[in-house]
Amino acid sequence: MAVPIDYATLRVVWWALLGILLIGFAIFDGFDLGTTMLLPFIGRSNTERRVLINSVGPVWEGNQVWFILGGGASFAAWPPLYAISFSGFYIAMFVVLVALILRPVAFKYRGKLDNQLWRNVCDWALFLGGLVPSLIFGVAFGNLLQGVPFHFDDELRAVYTGSFFGLLNPFALLCGLVSVVMLAAHGAAYVHMKTAGDIAERARHAGIATSLLTLVLFAVAGLCVYGWIDGYALAQPLDHAGPSNPLRKAVETSVGAWFGNYRVAPWTAAAPLIGLAGPLLTAVLLVARRPVASFLASALGLAGIIATPGLAMFPFILPSSASPDASLTAWDASSSQMTLFIMLVAVVIFLPIVLGYTAWVYRVLRGKVTPQMFEANRQAY
Amino acid sequence: MSGVDVVELSRLQFALTALYHFLFVPLTLGLSVLLAIMESVYVMTGRQIWRDMTMFWGVLFGINFAMGVATGITMEFQFGTNWSYYSQYVGDIFGAPLAIEGLMAFFLEATFIGLFFFGWDRLSKPGHLAVTWCVALGSNFSALWILIANAWMQHPVGSRFNPDTMRMEVTDFSAVLFNTVAQSKFVHTVSAGYVTGSMFVLSIGALYLLRGRHVELAKRSMTVAASFGLASALSVVVLGDESGYTTTQNQKAKIAAMEAVWHTEPAPAPLTVFGIPDTVHHETHDRIDVPWLLGLLATRSISTKIPGIINLVDEAKTRIHRGLEGYAAIARLRGNPQDGDARKMIADRQGDLGYALLLRRYVDDPMQATDRQIEQAAWDTVPDVDVLFWCFRLMVLLGFYFIALFAYAFYVASRRRLGRGRIFLYAALWSLPLPWIAAEVGWIVAEYGRQPWIIEGLLPTFLAASPVPVANVWISLIGFVVFYTALLVVDLYLLIKYVRIGPTESWEIPDFAGRKVPPGGVIVDRARLYPTPTPAG
Repeated sequence: MAVPIDYATLRVVWWALLGILLIGFAIFDGFDLGTTMLLPFIGRSNTERRVLINSVGPVWEGNQVWFILGGGASFAAWPPLYAISFSGFYIAMFVVLVALILRPVAFKYRGKLDNQLWRNVCDWALFLGGLVPSLIFGVAFGNLLQGVPFHFDDELRAVYTGSFFGLLNPFALLCGLVSVVMLAAHGAAYVHMKTAGDIAERARHAGIATSLLTLVLFAVAGLCVYGWIDGYALAQPLDHAGPSNPLRKAVETSVGAWFGNYRVAPWTAAAPLIGLAGPLLTAVLLVARRPVASFLASALGLAGIIATPGLAMFPFILPSSASPDASLTAWDASSSQMTLFIMLVAVVIFLPIVLGYTAWVYRVLRGKVTPQMFEANRQAY
Repeated sequence: MSGVDVVELSRLQFALTALYHFLFVPLTLGLSVLLAIMESVYVMTGRQIWRDMTMFWGVLFGINFAMGVATGITMEFQFGTNWSYYSQYVGDIFGAPLAIEGLMAFFLEATFIGLFFFGWDRLSKPGHLAVTWCVALGSNFSALWILIANAWMQHPVGSRFNPDTMRMEVTDFSAVLFNTVAQSKFVHTVSAGYVTGSMFVLSIGALYLLRGRHVELAKRSMTVAASFGLASALSVVVLGDESGYTTTQNQKAKIAAMEAVWHTEPAPAPLTVFGIPDTVHHETHDRIDVPWLLGLLATRSISTKIPGIINLVDEAKTRIHRGLEGYAAIARLRGNPQDGDARKMIADRQGDLGYALLLRRYVDDPMQATDRQIEQAAWDTVPDVDVLFWCFRLMVLLGFYFIALFAYAFYVASRRRLGRGRIFLYAALWSLPLPWIAAEVGWIVAEYGRQPWIIEGLLPTFLAASPVPVANVWISLIGFVVFYTALLVVDLYLLIKYVRIGPTESWEIPDFAGRKVPPGGVIVDRARLYPTPTPAG
């Protein structure tokens, strides 16, 4: 079968799609992760906590598929990325997994036993289930920017030589914090939009604080990338349609190299600018009590913040600190041309359908969540 | 070798988490369709009891569904965390059905499951019914895609080895999609799920009838379960036979081990109904044979032979030698990427390369392997005869038992005599765990029977594991055992609690105004339910 789209284009498309899936994940699942992170602080009584839980109750499950799809898409489109990141971050992934398994169980089972201790256990599980993945995803980005220690043997078997605690370095933890506060802000904006009364007001205050914090921490992280950590750059141009073998290139590293793309393609600077403007706008709109607009501003900010490292690193997708020449790039770590094409066809067919019925579900569930709703519906959480 | 521990532990972890995940999946598959059927009857007849049934079984479905989703994420992660070389080596082919599963199935079921529970009072009757069918459809699509992926591990079609990228790449996606193994496996597996769902409903219904509770709801539920269960039990056995047939074509060592066929016998081969396999002397004692039957079932001809284990080992030795020639060519190509002869040799030997890799268990460089090591590696291609022989017999026995039980249930239900004979009700009640046992041993036959391969004939399992520190795998393995056990306790506690509460009492609860709420907690007065929101503050 001849593939009607050239290899280089498909690679760029799949690089972009990976970013879009991550942004989709942050915008959709981000607000329910953020909401459960805020649960112990905003919800003071059981009724208030049930309002929060039921505000995300019907939709969190579909939202989480964005993450599962991100994993599946990286497996299919960037097999070495999936293989190295999941096995290299073994313990971190296990911790994320435990957190993600706690979520469905706590959501679904919390209301099934009328017992205060049980509810407290579930609330903690929900809090950790929101906090831990948010933190670790940010930490993962922090390590991505610094490069992770792996190399290949002759058979292209990847060997990761880092440790779990090596992941928790200062810059990575800073990125983890950016992720936590930005998703908390996003969750707060959502709660402010979906609830009324005291909870909404508390969410508004939390949202203003966390979005301003996002702004500051994101800016500090940017300064670190500019003046502190090593960036990576290709030593010579690489064949964009060459075989997916990451051992056929030379890479050099230097402080500030991640700012190289802004010189070559100044339009990429739009991402960090949106990443700074989004949280600021969110805070302003929350002060002005504009719930829908502030949620949209927060979503925009998330897109900017996530696109920033993606665009700055292009074409790198997973730099290797142990063996920079073995870094994975968009040009030498993808699936075959045919697989990328087939997967693109699947995305073009199914993603609009998914977005269509997701929109319908949100429309059905529109309106504010009130205690009366779940007191009437025994199947609520 | 230092890598062995990581491999063994990773295998154990994968088997445990997969078997655990597979406790919840069959019930999700079966119960989702049963819910959709019950709600369809409700929408068509408008009779309240069918809605009660949908809601009651829906609560149990929800408890089970949460566990299925949660434990499913583990499976997707594990290919990367514990089987990174596998992911790198075959991600080009295996990743695609997995990603499409997410796009086509997970989104569908996960997006609509929320509305199934939260949408009763927000949707029209047909609207909610459509939601329920979408959940059922999503679950079943999910089974389809994961079994397309799994079928490729059993019968890797439509792909080739690319020496430039040192991995398998897709050449014909439609061959992967329409893999004959995938088709029979899909129908066999979802039918097993339908049997599980039907047994769940039948057994709990029988419990209610034995106790004289919720009689009308139990009888109707059992009638649905009996008819759906009978059709599914027939399907599971027929498609099981189809699976056996495709296995005979593609995984000769697996079928030989399942049947303990040591030596190729004259066609058509007899079927050993019972016997004691002797793995030391390579024979089966105390055999009770049915002449011709295996040959007829497995090859659907009277002249095709079923190769015996001894003969397959000889064949494996030949393939190891052929594979070694390909292996040598890969080394030559690494020295000189322009070597056209080496490329030709690799293309010609790619089907046997995996056999050369089997030697890596005994020697770092397969080219240096001794005859004795080649002999050992050839014997490694034989799956565990004892386990396969007995698991397979247990599964088949249970399959026929399900047909009998559901046929009798169907007979009793259609004569409207449900609830009269207590022996049948006890039989139905105590049969509750059997579909799970059948499903788990079925998994063992299919996946343990694939060993030593992670991808049949292409990549040995022991080479596919991630090179992670063994301590990491211990941490995750122990973590899973502890965490999963705790979850199972909670899950079973809740299931039993909600079965005890039963349908009626749980729905007739006073609402916030002290009125009796109709089943499902539907409030007629929408203005009270959705008061106009007051401005914040």
